[in-house]
Amino acid sequence: MENRKIRVLIAKPGLDGHDRGAKVIARSLRDAGMEVIYTGLRQTPEMIVEAALQEDVDVIGMSILSGAHMALTPRVIELMYENGLDDVKVIIGGIIPDEDVPTLKSMGVSEVFGPGTNTDDIVKHIRTVVSV
Amino acid sequence: MLKTSPETLVSQLLAGNRRALARTITAVENEIPESVEILKTLYPHTGRAYIIGITGAPGTGKSCLVTALTQHLRKQNKTVGIIAVDPTSPFTGGAVLGDRFRMRDLSGDNGVFIRSMASRGQLGGLARTTYDVMRVMDAAGFDIIIIETVGAGQNEVEIVKAADTTIVVEAPGLGDDIQAIKAGILEIADILVVNKADSPLVQNTVRALKAMLDLGHRQRVVAHHGQLMTQTDSTGAPEYDFREVPIIQTVATNGQGVLELAEAIDAHRSYLAESGIRQDRQRARLESELIARLRETLLKNLLSAVPDDQLEGLVEQLMTRDTDPMSAVQTLLNYQARKS
Repeated sequence: MENRKIRVLIAKPGLDGHDRGAKVIARSLRDAGMEVIYTGLRQTPEMIVEAALQEDVDVIGMSILSGAHMALTPRVIELMYENGLDDVKVIIGGIIPDEDVPTLKSMGVSEVFGPGTNTDDIVKHIRTVVSV
Repeated sequence: MLKTSPETLVSQLLAGNRRALARTITAVENEIPESVEILKTLYPHTGRAYIIGITGAPGTGKSCLVTALTQHLRKQNKTVGIIAVDPTSPFTGGAVLGDRFRMRDLSGDNGVFIRSMASRGQLGGLARTTYDVMRVMDAAGFDIIIIETVGAGQNEVEIVKAADTTIVVEAPGLGDDIQAIKAGILEIADILVVNKADSPLVQNTVRALKAMLDLGHRQRVVAHHGQLMTQTDSTGAPEYDFREVPIIQTVATNGQGVLELAEAIDAHRSYLAESGIRQDRQRARLESELIARLRETLLKNLLSAVPDDQLEGLVEQLMTRDTDPMSAVQTLLNYQARKS
């Protein structure tokens, strides 16, 4: 009997220590019936992509509040391509200035969710971009 | 749906491609139709890895212990596959898989592959497909596979069906000597670990576990009301079955006791090999797996031959007491099982 679940990696790259948002998202996605691999704080892009590969996730969700998103995101995406993970979607949350959003999207980020986002919108977005 | 053909996936996996390994695990975990063929092709390549099972109550430090043990095994140049099982919500079907979070020190090492699995409604401490995922990792050529169960209570003993060496992890302060003589999880231990041994309560836990093990000795002399009483074994079990279960104290977060644990695993491994128990166990496991799979397939095929309204009708008759459960079974058995 086929039993397909959406798998999402939730990670916090970089050095800021605020993981409450990441935990809220992990919990919401769990409640939406997804399998969330929670890797927690202080992940390097290498660690994130390695985990995404081993766990065969559909989505990588990164929470970045340090302001380092323009450095960390391209590195993650580059490593994803190197490792053949080009079909994995990337979503970003945290503190991301509006003017950076188009650039991030042009790099291949599927969506950026700022503070105050309704978690249902994130669930809907994932369900739309991941073909089950 | 697979993006690559099962044949390509399997040949890439056997060639050591980690992406192919990850995808194959997903196919097997999701039980997609192609997984039958995949497992069939991989089966001849399995049976080589040594399987270590780690179980114990939530919060005893299983994931940290897996990390410390893996670091030790890597120093001996052994490659390690890790399967970490966490529970699925019975309400939403979702899961937060957090074991990997504790295994961050293993990242960046190509000799290690960690896969988190949700239990997906299966009781017993493992997911339904953990055994198959273990075989996929085995075929991928890992020397050692470590399976970490769901944080287990007293009855989550499925791990013994998969592991060569089962390690039960306890932590100080969880129970007294009566907890220790109950049937269940402590019985399945080939090695007992008391983790967090830097806690002042550790000696109480070790004492309770020692007392539990002593009560099970085949023959021993105990002091009782000032007299020496000899307890003998009357079970008639074979000589080789008698083996002392070591109790190892560890502090997983700083590596204390991990060397002793690794030595205990090696000792158990040699014991299994020399006594022939490993072979016997594997044969017994394969037999019970065969029966379980047969049961599952027969049931599925029979039910697919029974019209839905017939099943509902029988349930209705059970509700109204017009028939009884065993007669209803007889009625259903009259259908010819479809061949799958």
